[in-house]
Amino acid sequence: MGKQILLDKINVPGIKTYEVYRKEGGYASVEKALKSMTPDEVVNQVKDSQLKGRGGAGFPMGMKWSFIDKKSGKPRHLVCNADESEPGTFKDRYLMEYIPHLLIEGMITASYALEANLSYIYIRGEYMWVFKILEKAIKEAYAAGWLGKNILGTGYDLDLYVHVGGGAYICGEETALIESLEGKRGNPRIKPPFPAISGLWQNPTVVNNVESISAVPWIVMNSGAEYAKIGTEKSTGTKLISASGHIKKPGVYEIELGISVYDFINSDEYCGGMLDDRPLKALVPGGSSVPILPAHLIYKTANGEDRLMSYESMQDGGFASGSMIGSGGFIVYNDTTCIVRNTWNFSRFYHHESCGQCSPCREGTGWLEKVLHRIETGHGREEDIDLLWSIQSKIEGNTICPLGDAAAWPVAAAIRHFRDEFEYHVRFPEKIKNRDHFVHEPFEKVRHLVSKETV
Amino acid sequence: MKQSHDIQQTINITPALMDRINELLGHYPADKRKSALLPILHDVQDAHDNWLSVELMDKVAEIIGIKPIEVYEVVSFYTMFNQRPIGKYMFEFCQTSCCATRGVEDLMDYTCSKLGVGVGQPTPDGMFEVRGVECLGACGYAPMMQLGDTYREHLTKEKIDQIIEDCKAGKVNLYYNAE
Repeated sequence: MGKQILLDKINVPGIKTYEVYRKEGGYASVEKALKSMTPDEVVNQVKDSQLKGRGGAGFPMGMKWSFIDKKSGKPRHLVCNADESEPGTFKDRYLMEYIPHLLIEGMITASYALEANLSYIYIRGEYMWVFKILEKAIKEAYAAGWLGKNILGTGYDLDLYVHVGGGAYICGEETALIESLEGKRGNPRIKPPFPAISGLWQNPTVVNNVESISAVPWIVMNSGAEYAKIGTEKSTGTKLISASGHIKKPGVYEIELGISVYDFINSDEYCGGMLDDRPLKALVPGGSSVPILPAHLIYKTANGEDRLMSYESMQDGGFASGSMIGSGGFIVYNDTTCIVRNTWNFSRFYHHESCGQCSPCREGTGWLEKVLHRIETGHGREEDIDLLWSIQSKIEGNTICPLGDAAAWPVAAAIRHFRDEFEYHVRFPEKIKNRDHFVHEPFEKVRHLVSKETV
Repeated sequence: MKQSHDIQQTINITPALMDRINELLGHYPADKRKSALLPILHDVQDAHDNWLSVELMDKVAEIIGIKPIEVYEVVSFYTMFNQRPIGKYMFEFCQTSCCATRGVEDLMDYTCSKLGVGVGQPTPDGMFEVRGVECLGACGYAPMMQLGDTYREHLTKEKIDQIIEDCKAGKVNLYYNAE
């Protein structure tokens, strides 16, 4: 059993309630920080932890905190990004639903570090019941004196509220989230200025993921240096992995960064092996936006080293043969999966979720969806594969926010690693008439029909 | 299908709803009332058969003190706000990769044929509607759907049958109570 710092108490009966959470040592980090540390000392502990942001981008949290403008005298805000919408990701929901006070404790301690007096948790609208759980937990925290004026008699004031969104993936992008929190459409802003200088209501703002903020209490209680001892040198700490797809035990697991992908998929402690013991075909290790890996690059990197659940090992080989740990949305596919259909599915998602501000994304995601649908339904042309490549390359890097890249990468990786499967669809339309075409006849059995080498 | 402008919506901002609106407005600085728009829209929609007519959006704008267009542009951007009457029991199936991988397309077909409707078409009595939506964050518990405030996970045809029966019998509470 690996080290657990977020889910170690998740099975304590009643941990959802304030009383039990407090009895189990909850809110101690607020006491410690407010009574015995300066805000900058808290920031330094988080810097020492080397925790990388857990929302997907992996930007070091301590560094992000150090950018916040404390000199202008404007009010500062901490905003928690609980807009979890990346396909494959359902970890933040698990934390908020089952141990809501951990996030609230983290919000108070982190707000103190940033010297913020008004903070928000922005939660996606579909998590309506979790929104209600958090609202209740915040009321309990106010009643117990952890929020409001003059907390613990230290003179520190903090108001914390939970704000509910309306159903839009783009609001997980931090500037779109801020727009949405201001009561507007979720259109990302052009950066700079970055939120640390001009964020919510033009005030200095830090936006952090639920899981990142939930690690702050442990870091404050045990020190950043202790946190950095967990995991690997470059990937410190633990990470929640949302495991789904064709595995025996889907669910949320807290892992110590650096365990092997093989063990994560096959050990009984985690995914428990492949569903129905069918062969592993592909893996999306970090949410739908990251490149998909083919079977031969999942357990081993291109150099033949063991692939590990860490930022650096997942990226090994770059986009040619690696991927990213991203949000930890770990989707496993067996041999019944059609990569073309799955890529079409992702493209439909990005087309639906594009905010429409930038033409390469607004138009390009629609083209990707349409061309992929054409291929998947047996109406594709040989040149469509190169057309897809061309479209994705024109979206990547040409948009205000990373949604464009996120839409382009899965298509690029699918063609890079599974080109023969696209060719099969184009050349043998009569064999893919049913949507479950690979369920009865996995691609491995018909691959020989496509003679051209995979590029 | 009837368009929303053909249908009169009775607007009823009860004192309890007004208290809730004021509570939500209190979460933001006094000069940032517009920030409360999304949370307010959820509560107002819940209290009005789950949809927002132009008249109701105008009312929300008036209460907050913003222009009607500021409400319309938000309502039309976010998927959870409905601009036409919808089925009372709205089955919103997640159709993104993990749910698709675990058979949601078959389940949607099954549900539609059982109810005798197509996707996005309320049943004639207004009781049910089936909709396909994008990732709901329940990938490990696929296939699944949203029904009101909560999720129905690890769905099977048998479970769908049971849920439909429960809805017909008035046994399904669409709103979650955390208390």
